Amino acid sequence: MLIGSAGTAGADAQVDWTLDIVNEIVREAGVKVRTAVIYAEQVKDTLIELFRQQRIKPLDAAPYLDEDTIKGSAHMVGMMGAEPLQKALAEGVDFILAGRCSDSALYAALPILHGFPEGLAWHAGKVVECGTMACETAGKGIMFVRLRHDHFLVKPFGQGLRCTPQSVAAHSLYENVDPFHFTESSGTVDITEATYEAIDPITVRVANSHFQPADSYTVKLEGAELLGYQTIIIGGIRDPFLLRQLDSWLANVRTYIEETIARVLGSQVTKEDYHLVFHVYGRDGVMGALEPEREVIPKEVGIVLEATAATQQLATIIAQLSRQPLLHYPIAEWRGATTTFACLHNPAHIERGPVYRFNLHHVVIPQSPLELFRTKFVEIGRTVLIDVNQGVSR
Amino acid sequence: MKLADLATLIRSKNAGPFFLTFDIMFADEEHYQLVKASRCLNTQMFAALYACPVQAVRFFECENAFAFKFSFPRPLPQGEFGDADLHGGQQFIPLMNVEIPLPEDQTIRPRY
Repeated sequence: MLIGSAGTAGADAQVDWTLDIVNEIVREAGVKVRTAVIYAEQVKDTLIELFRQQRIKPLDAAPYLDEDTIKGSAHMVGMMGAEPLQKALAEGVDFILAGRCSDSALYAALPILHGFPEGLAWHAGKVVECGTMACETAGKGIMFVRLRHDHFLVKPFGQGLRCTPQSVAAHSLYENVDPFHFTESSGTVDITEATYEAIDPITVRVANSHFQPADSYTVKLEGAELLGYQTIIIGGIRDPFLLRQLDSWLANVRTYIEETIARVLGSQVTKEDYHLVFHVYGRDGVMGALEPEREVIPKEVGIVLEATAATQQLATIIAQLSRQPLLHYPIAEWRGATTTFACLHNPAHIERGPVYRFNLHHVVIPQSPLELFRTKFVEIGRTVLIDVNQGVSR
Repeated sequence: MKLADLATLIRSKNAGPFFLTFDIMFADEEHYQLVKASRCLNTQMFAALYACPVQAVRFFECENAFAFKFSFPRPLPQGEFGDADLHGGQQFIPLMNVEIPLPEDQTIRPRY
């Protein structure tokens, strides 16, 4: 059994968390399980060294990268290919728990180790990596693949589930930029010529999937950096006089907030120290700049104000200073004191804690497929964790 | 006829944190080929709908799946200040209204 990308991101803490859960389960079952735990989190100094050696390359649409980006990251992981899994499988373990890992590698590792064609093994992995989503309609059940040297058969087990040539072919579109080429660490899976054939009402035969080995082996990097701490205010506006001038009103509110912050907090806080975003639901809250019907005047809008700053305290102060302008910034149509914003909560603000953004979309060209990953072999189950091999696997 | 009346699924999703991808899927070859023959789906129309350079758009015709696919870099990376669709799942709406002219002798029906 293989589990990859433990805890979703596959950082070290998430691997350990998942290991605890597995340990609890196998103890209850009263069995012993020889386990390989493969960590994928990256050490900053190592990556800085690789960056200096120009062994880190950007992928399409990658953000800017320099040594400070690496130093400023909260967590960075490398996406392992089949090789670290194969090394553990060769040790004869019962169970592999991996950090960040190519989903398809979990399925492709064993057959490739046994000499099956890589194109078919990887393609089969791609088809089943999301479970029954490759069925006509996804549902409760599992996917079963019978891999042979010139084709594979894929069928679901579960009530009412069916794989059809179209459903299997269509799954290769899901969450991929290119539906025909999938870049893995060791090369590119090319399914341009793949054929899909129904052999019974629920089983599909797939053939002609190819694999092009890479010129140089790569490990994809993923990383996140702290944007700051965030405090938000949620509310709404229903006044039609205000809604027909919402853009200029929000611009005025923003200016007023900025002036208030400058007045109250003085020179200790500049405009670069915080970030204010108004999400306007009912107008362009969901699509933002991509909204095609931006000119329609809505009947009502929901507003989420996000204040982000280096500390939670500052973010909250800024949100608090934003409340009054939102509540009372006047419009010309009404005379006298008005309340322009319907707060959802009291206190109006909610502290969200730290917020992050993705900061890496790069690959490393390592010296070996195993270089960036650390494997430990443990026995879990009936007894407490015993580290039978603390050595770092390279 | 509008694309949303011909397709069985129009969807958008992140393809990683830096790309958005759009799938337009059909029930059968007849609907797929009709839309393909119309030549209404192409990188130029997509670039106009999503206000991005034509060179940034990738377009795929997937015969086996009776599907078309567009991909382009996210206007804002996932989680960047201002990003309000972290999974990219609600960005397909402009594609729904793409008008597909039907040939005069065409008897095709909307999918429902």
